[in-house]
Amino acid sequence: MSELDLGAATGLHRRTVRGSLSPARLWRHTGVRRLVILAGLAAIWQVAALWQNNPLLFPTFTDTALAFIEAARSEGMLWSALASVFVLLKGYAIAIVLALVLVSGAVAIPFVRDVLQTLTAMFNPLPAIALLPLAMMWLGLGEKALLLVLVHSVLWPFALAALSGFEQVPETQRLVGRNYGLRGPSYVVRILLPAALPSILSGLKIGWAFAWRTLIAAELVFGVSSSQGGLGWFIYRSRNELLTDRVFAGLACVILIGLVVEMVIFRFIERRTVLRWGLQR
Amino acid sequence: MSVSASPAPTFAPAAAAATVPPALEARRLTLDYTTDAGTVRAVDSVDLTVAEGERLVLLGPSGCGKSTILKALAGFIPATSGSILVRGKPVTGPGPDRLVVFQEFDQLLPWKTVRDNVAFPLRVARKVSRAEANARAEAALARVGLTRALDAFPHALSGGMKQRAAIARALAADPDVLLMDEPFAALDALTRRQLQEDLLALAEELKFTLVFVTHAIDEAVLIGTSLHLLSPHPGRTLATRDTAHFGLADVGSPAFESLTREVHGLLFDKAAHV
Ligand SMILES: Nc1ncnc2c1ncn2[C@@H]1O[C@H](COP(=O)(O)OP(=O)(O)OP(=O)(O)O)[C@@H](O)[C@H]1O
Ligand SMILES: [Mg+2]
Repeated sequence: MSELDLGAATGLHRRTVRGSLSPARLWRHTGVRRLVILAGLAAIWQVAALWQNNPLLFPTFTDTALAFIEAARSEGMLWSALASVFVLLKGYAIAIVLALVLVSGAVAIPFVRDVLQTLTAMFNPLPAIALLPLAMMWLGLGEKALLLVLVHSVLWPFALAALSGFEQVPETQRLVGRNYGLRGPSYVVRILLPAALPSILSGLKIGWAFAWRTLIAAELVFGVSSSQGGLGWFIYRSRNELLTDRVFAGLACVILIGLVVEMVIFRFIERRTVLRWGLQR
Repeated sequence: MSVSASPAPTFAPAAAAATVPPALEARRLTLDYTTDAGTVRAVDSVDLTVAEGERLVLLGPSGCGKSTILKALAGFIPATSGSILVRGKPVTGPGPDRLVVFQEFDQLLPWKTVRDNVAFPLRVARKVSRAEANARAEAALARVGLTRALDAFPHALSGGMKQRAAIARALAADPDVLLMDEPFAALDALTRRQLQEDLLALAEELKFTLVFVTHAIDEAVLIGTSLHLLSPHPGRTLATRDTAHFGLADVGSPAFESLTREVHGLLFDKAAHV
């Protein structure tokens, strides 16, 4: 009602800008632009696959989409995906908690900071997947071994990001917190954590990407003998049966989950926090 | 000088302690920084007394230790020797009885709206209920003319508005002493004058106790009721002056100008006066 009045009062031009269906306004929406980009990529894929005409090596987009639906319906691909996500969340959570404990120690005690910095410098360049053989020897072929490599893949990059976030909290804001008599945990929670949130969030994003990659790779390597079978295992199995469209469907599923987490969940959190506060553009 | 105009308590701490202790007192305050190169003495044996409702201005050249004194009064850095007393009680660390307004614009917490920034110290330090904290925050923000910006986040405010909000935040919590470290130094001349006038008006109305740091002589004479001049590195007391009788109307008057010139002389060519 009032919206209409406003449009009428300020004339036609204003109405075209505000109208929810105008292309210009839609285009300003990030989600819409992303969808257009995805549609463009799908079109290129389709044309390239038709031109190659070799469904065994390079199925078309539409074939993949059909295989995706089929696999989701009858092959339990979504259950495999769910199993992967579940293991991933477990490892992710353990790593985040561990990292926060380490970083809190590092913020409070200079020696712990040296320890943490040495450890991150040592382990950050070590690909998580390279630990897998060792993890399998130590912990057998199961979730525990997966969790170990997952934790390794998330812990160090996230700890590094969180530590630098805490260290970059402006001196004035620290003094303001202390001025109110805040100390210990309540000082950390009320001042340091929100002030360091931009770095913490970007650490969470990096950690998520690393964890997802590591998990799928680990499942591909030893999914053969694993009992539960995640998304990586689904891809591996489909490849063995030369069901290339299903391999593509599995990969699409990996990408889709990654996209949803990045663009929906993290984007939502960022818009509610660091973007709203002007801490990040 | 107008020494006779000063009330007795400033000069008789012993007698004052028997009745009402001053709002803030520093005795032979000496402050050092420990650096890799060794110990640097920033402030050397400074005495300060600020009575209830008084506004003491610390004035001195850059690097003379004004901010260091203020940080010590706030409890952020420990005294090497000497003592600091708030209402007769020794200061052992930072606390909400001495709220600080800094020079930096990032002193407002960026993740809180202006209203929440002002209500926050009331909530955590004064344990006031949310409703009351909000009401007091809104009243304080109205005093500094920020009613329009209640729900804005700090990044959307101008520098002057941020400093107003920081002053409102300190006022709302009703501390024993307000500490301000060059709160207007990063503002343009027009805004600075406006905020000086507004701060004076608030001081007249609320009679708060204030320690104000500046390196602008006219600001010092205008804002304070007493002036404390510091010598350059390390900071030592150079002289004190009573400036209570100078108000907004006196800016540019002969008496105001002559005091300004005298202070300038004291700060920049001591030899001519000692
Ligand atoms: N963190 C520190 N470590 C070592 N020395 C310091 C530190 N902070 C200040 N100083 C020294 O102490 C002296 C006083 O510094 P302070 O910041 O109190 O000066 P100031 O009077 O506030 O100057 P300005 O007007 O420029 O703000 C300076 O010589 C400075 O070099
Ligand atoms: Mg200073």
